[in-house]
Amino acid sequence: MTGEANLASAVINLNHPDHYFHWGFVLISEANLVVVAIMLALFVAAIALPFMRPRPATGHALAAPAASADQEPPPDGDSEPPGTWTGALRRIGLRYLPPSKLLPDAQPAYVASWVYVFGVLTVAALGIVVATGLVLAVEGPAWWHTSDIGHFVNSLHLWSVELFMGFMAVHLWAKFWMAAWRGNRSLTWMSGVVAFLLAVVEAFTGYLSQTNFDSQWIAFESKDAFNGSGIGALIDPMNFGQALMLHIALLPLALVLVVALHVLMVRMRGVVPPIDSRPEDLGEGVPSARYTDGASPAREEVPSR
Amino acid sequence: MKRRQAMGHTSTDTLSAPQRRRAEGATWVGPLRHYDILKEAAIATVVVAVLTVALAFLFSSPDTPPVTIEAWARAQPVGFSQIVLTELEGTSASATYGPPYNHATGDTQYLGPLSIEKVLGVHYPINPAESFVIQPLSALPPTDALSHALARYRSASASERARWEHAYAQALATHKVPSRWPGAGPVPVLETSLLSMARSGALDAQLVAHASFYTTNYTKPILFLGDSWKAQRAKSYWGKVVTAEHLKSHQWGVMNETGSWPGQPWLWLYTMWYQVPPMTTSINGDLYVVAIMAVLTIGLLMLPFIPGLRDIPRKVPLHRLIWRQYYRDGGHTSGATR
Repeated sequence: MTGEANLASAVINLNHPDHYFHWGFVLISEANLVVVAIMLALFVAAIALPFMRPRPATGHALAAPAASADQEPPPDGDSEPPGTWTGALRRIGLRYLPPSKLLPDAQPAYVASWVYVFGVLTVAALGIVVATGLVLAVEGPAWWHTSDIGHFVNSLHLWSVELFMGFMAVHLWAKFWMAAWRGNRSLTWMSGVVAFLLAVVEAFTGYLSQTNFDSQWIAFESKDAFNGSGIGALIDPMNFGQALMLHIALLPLALVLVVALHVLMVRMRGVVPPIDSRPEDLGEGVPSARYTDGASPAREEVPSR
Repeated sequence: MKRRQAMGHTSTDTLSAPQRRRAEGATWVGPLRHYDILKEAAIATVVVAVLTVALAFLFSSPDTPPVTIEAWARAQPVGFSQIVLTELEGTSASATYGPPYNHATGDTQYLGPLSIEKVLGVHYPINPAESFVIQPLSALPPTDALSHALARYRSASASERARWEHAYAQALATHKVPSRWPGAGPVPVLETSLLSMARSGALDAQLVAHASFYTTNYTKPILFLGDSWKAQRAKSYWGKVVTAEHLKSHQWGVMNETGSWPGQPWLWLYTMWYQVPPMTTSINGDLYVVAIMAVLTIGLLMLPFIPGLRDIPRKVPLHRLIWRQYYRDGGHTSGATR
């Protein structure tokens, strides 16, 4: 407690009436004047101070792109001088996730089941959940109790959540029976599981944030599990403000990030091949791919796996 | 498989585990089909949006109003006063709960010798007699009777308070809330004053007034309401609503919703453990369920690395249904041009 009190206290006490300067119609406090003065000083310094000496641009051949056999870099894709963080990130991105993998126009022919649709349905439902949640957030947590439009938006939010969780469950079951973690795809599986867990917690905090009977009862009944496991020392389900902030800020941000990461991993690693596939279909013996509908691929590389 | 072997084809099941892992992670060079990822995403979004609007239009969404202390006190004045008495006595569920609210041990859960909540200690200090009764009454406009009763109660010894409370319990047994009762000291005034305050709606506001103006924390009023559920169960005002809505723990209530709307069916496994001994009766039930779910969750997360479990999909031929076209064509999908 003493430590917390020390953190909250100030080295220089500003908790006293400020001095004010009055010139004509301008009235400004001393504190605000200091902030403005610092900004002006920064602006002047940024203009006037000499900049760092430039590094030699030798080898920085923007106009001479290096062609790559297995990727399609943009004209300057591989031409960054060594040592720049931006260039390193771009090279990594192009190496593991070239545009043909990120935005594919072909899939392996075994991707021929309705069960594959549930991944994209889950992402689409998440988009609707976020959109309807944003409307509820703009109007505030009590709006939907008093407005017919608000209640309808709440209904949209509820049903998109039910669809999201339902689609995700089907997707999860399908990926289990496909053993979709095969072929160095363990992280893809694990990120999907983390997304599912985050979604469960996100939905739970949504129920706590409804400000109705559900919120009361669920908060009361869940507190024992929270407290018993020690989580209650950090998160109190009966603290509506805390639940709401978790629901509309921290958890959705984490969920969207993990889902985005999961989708990028799928694009990077590709859709897992069938169990007991022919080795020659997996890059052993057959030089190039063919389309099952008779058309030739636009390039020799496989656009998406 | 037999057909493919008869055709002279090999498969990754003939490879060693490292070879198979490498092969299954290698670039697919088999047959392809045209695919437009953006078109697929756009169609999926439209389909889900239409489904969502249709479901919202057809079924709307639940919004059962919260139970207020005002409604409880109006509907069950005696039941309300009985709970207030347990708060004064220090025998209510909140008063005997333990961490993170106080130092009691009534609801302290252990996993073996370890109690995590005990280790972490009190984080939201709540003394129910003070928080739910004395402090709210102190906020009322003072009257001679109430001021005198509060002063007398505060200055009394624990044994004297206990005698008064015991006497007033007999008064409540008459199914009335009398303002005077022999041997009950100031308790009748405290009880009837708090009942009046609750029936006016002022107690609802007072229990969330932890700060000077803004408030977002409903821990106190929910714990107070919950004390009625813990002591009087289905007979309590809150309990009647809970039971009617099928939300009690042994009704698999965690995954249920009010009315006939779907709730959180994805919590079925979590809820199920509450129906299985020893969680049905153990004081440590919540902690056991959390521990079981933690282990299962880690298992799900680490599934790719758990021998036996990770091999289930290979042994159960459901994948042959998913990829039937690939297998039917001996590794090629129909129409393959290779």
